[in-house]
Amino acid sequence: MEAPFEDVTRGVLNAIAEIEELSGRKILDGDKIITPCRDAKTGVDIYISTSSAGGGLQMMVTGVVQNMTGESAQRAALGAGAIVIDVLASNDGRLPHEKIERIRAMRPDMILMSGGTDGGAVTHVVEMAEYISAAEPRPRFGATYKLPLVYAGNTAAQPQVKNILGEKTALVLTDNIRPVLERENLAPARDKIHDLFLEHVMQQAPGYKKLIEMAGAPIMPTPAAVGVIMETIAKREHLNLIGVDIGGATTDVFSVFEGLFNRTVSANLGMSYSISNVLAEAGLANIMRWVPFTIDEQTLRNRIKNKMVRPTTIPQTLDELQIEHAIAREALRLALIHHKSLATSLKGIQQERTISDVFEQQQSGKTLIDMLKLDLIVGSGGILSHAPRRVQSMVMMVDAYEPLGVTRLSVDSIFMMPHLGVLSTIDEKAATDVFVRDCMVYLGTCIAPIGQGKDGERCADYVITFSDGRVEKGSLAFGDLRLIPLAADQKASIVIQPAKQVNLGAGAGVAVTREVQGGVVGLLLDGRGRPLQLPTDHNLRVAALMKWHSAVGLYPSE
Amino acid sequence: MAHSYTPGLTVTERTTVQRRRMLSLPGTVLVATGETVRANQAVARAELPGKVYPLNLANQLGVAPDEIHEYLVKKAGDTVRKDEILAENKPFIKWLKTEVLSPIAGVVESVSAVTGQVLLREPPRVLELLGYVDGRIVEVIPQQGVVVETDCSLVQGIFGIGGETRGEIVVAVTSPAEALSPRHLTTDMKGKVVVGGSFISADALARAKEVGVAGLIVGGIHDKDLRALLGYDLGVAITGTEQVGFTLILTEGFGSIPMADKTFSLLSVHAGQQASISGATQIRAGVIRPEIIIPKGAGATGDLGAAIAPQREGIRVGDLVRIIRDPLFGKIGEVASLPADLQKIPTESDVRVLEVRFADGSMAVMPRTNIELIEGA
Repeated sequence: MEAPFEDVTRGVLNAIAEIEELSGRKILDGDKIITPCRDAKTGVDIYISTSSAGGGLQMMVTGVVQNMTGESAQRAALGAGAIVIDVLASNDGRLPHEKIERIRAMRPDMILMSGGTDGGAVTHVVEMAEYISAAEPRPRFGATYKLPLVYAGNTAAQPQVKNILGEKTALVLTDNIRPVLERENLAPARDKIHDLFLEHVMQQAPGYKKLIEMAGAPIMPTPAAVGVIMETIAKREHLNLIGVDIGGATTDVFSVFEGLFNRTVSANLGMSYSISNVLAEAGLANIMRWVPFTIDEQTLRNRIKNKMVRPTTIPQTLDELQIEHAIAREALRLALIHHKSLATSLKGIQQERTISDVFEQQQSGKTLIDMLKLDLIVGSGGILSHAPRRVQSMVMMVDAYEPLGVTRLSVDSIFMMPHLGVLSTIDEKAATDVFVRDCMVYLGTCIAPIGQGKDGERCADYVITFSDGRVEKGSLAFGDLRLIPLAADQKASIVIQPAKQVNLGAGAGVAVTREVQGGVVGLLLDGRGRPLQLPTDHNLRVAALMKWHSAVGLYPSE
Repeated sequence: MAHSYTPGLTVTERTTVQRRRMLSLPGTVLVATGETVRANQAVARAELPGKVYPLNLANQLGVAPDEIHEYLVKKAGDTVRKDEILAENKPFIKWLKTEVLSPIAGVVESVSAVTGQVLLREPPRVLELLGYVDGRIVEVIPQQGVVVETDCSLVQGIFGIGGETRGEIVVAVTSPAEALSPRHLTTDMKGKVVVGGSFISADALARAKEVGVAGLIVGGIHDKDLRALLGYDLGVAITGTEQVGFTLILTEGFGSIPMADKTFSLLSVHAGQQASISGATQIRAGVIRPEIIIPKGAGATGDLGAAIAPQREGIRVGDLVRIIRDPLFGKIGEVASLPADLQKIPTESDVRVLEVRFADGSMAVMPRTNIELIEGA
């Protein structure tokens, strides 16, 4: 929110007035929304909303052991739609006074405390409560209200925590997020975070009291609502999926694998406000490897900083667009690495092993993200949703995520997912129907064999049988990128016979038959090898990029 | 909406600004509504609670946490001097005695029988909040701060580093297109706000530090020089707390870009006057721009209400605009037309555009989002 509209309802009413104009439906009666629907031209059934005002919900979380309760608390807060600004743990390596200084310096909207299993030792979690109390933390907004704090640690420590923090904070006690080491119980803490978000945090923003009254369902933090729809869709369609929302300041990654939902937010990876940080984290070389021309470092650095300070500008020339797409690939890639590190099985727990596991010992805390089992990638955010050509969105995601085997890709057409998330809590069928029909733009399917070979060497042979009976046979060589048109409402059957050392998920050299779905882009056969390796020589790399770009019609020819 | 609003940077000879001066924690407001204040005058004061030192007495004495009360010499709420005994055991054999001394002077804040920990707190530190600009108090927010109003000239920059400071304006270059070099920076500029032209180089930054200038106002800087100055690569534009020896404000952006004539002329007219400047920038929700405020001084205030500029609601033909994206980044021109229909640009995006006429008569069409108004015209 910026001047002149320092009341959120002003923006909402303006937007509704535009919808009235476009739809010819009367929705507003003065400053009131007409609900329920009166007739075919008057009113709406319900008004729902999400909020990301003020940079979203910013939380600090605490745990006892960093990679156990600390991570569980982080997952609970992230799942609730928050940005985690710090994770404090008894074993985080910081000295007590440093922890206290940190708590004091941070001005979170809310704190989530966890630590200890139920009935276990209380000392460490009580110690953390003492640090928080000593720091006298203050909320980011509103100097006069108490900081909301959710305690979701060892239930045996609740009386002491209440004693220490009850007066100083708006304390809410809830079930332990890690009642036993082997199990996480994030839902109660997540629900309490949402309650406190509505009751405390949002009350500080101008106009929110009115907005809450206008809304027919609780207002959720925007990313939490996106998470809800992702989870709903994955469960309904039995999919493993990865969703990404790449914004100006942050990049959110959602995943549902084998029914397990995870969300992470990379708070400083984004395409405008945080664009310079993508450069800092990825390094210039990683960005430049995607750019099919030469530009001197100083010019590029200045351009990126200029985008940071003028975040609303858009690329005006083709080379500027290509640079932004290069940066987007790196932001997407880094955000997925971050996500993989947190979307893991529980760490530090004992595993039962049989003799057959001896040669296949898996560490606890293994990432849940298995690119080979991934069914769908959903992209969202301006750079993906509004790329001038849809194939640009598809290739950006393929380059950044390097999907393995057969993976379908889509983009959110107009960032409708948050609203559908809230809607799904009221009417799941309506929400999922709209999601499939209007929200998703299916780009197509990417087929990427795993393995590497010299450019031109045989990677795989394929036979595609289209629904009209037409058959297309071909051979994909290493270094090839090929696009085969297949409309969004079309399916085709593809038989792929990989070369001896190449794998499509069924084993090296083993043929795979899959039914694939089309999209506005089509079927992308990616013979560039996995892991994807770009030529290190500048001229060869530029030549390879130009070849791929031209093969799929990525950019207009100059 | 009927128009798009592209917020621009204000460069104006006369306006009224209000600056909210808030303590970071509740304290005492030292001035009253209607009072005239100076920029360097304290308007509110707070006591920042002292640093906390946790000390695990149970561990140091080798006793259980719930036993430590028996060994305490000082209780919660007691004041302690540095090296004063906090707790001690009472062994039968004297040389087995353990004394725990206070590492600081302060008070015993709490004693925990659960963790065996004692929290000591240093005495509070007094924080004084300055007025920042010469002006008048128009609102007092009890215990929290004040609103200072001043009739002034105002220049907003696009990006800055460093916090609030104050000094006399000195124009070091002869034209807005001239870069600020080390030879421009003389020792008599110590404590002053130095206005350069298009650019400041790394060696000029070093010289500025050596001279001890209070502030630097230039058109642009290379990102690599900023990185060298800060010692790290700035990831997001949230600044104001950097300590590099001076406050730096960019009026145009990154690179070598002539300062807008209007900005340079305004600053030149006020050479010799005191300016309050701040490099604090926040390009996120609740945007904060770096600024140069040149108060008009007592007696020149007049009718303040009338001086407040009306809220701009959109771009109009004839408006002075700055182009803020390559390939014409930094050029300044006048809006020649505002076609209503979307137009395809070379990236193939369909966008709303406008036509800009430059001083040499040439024209260019560009996305509306790639220009900003030079406000306060």
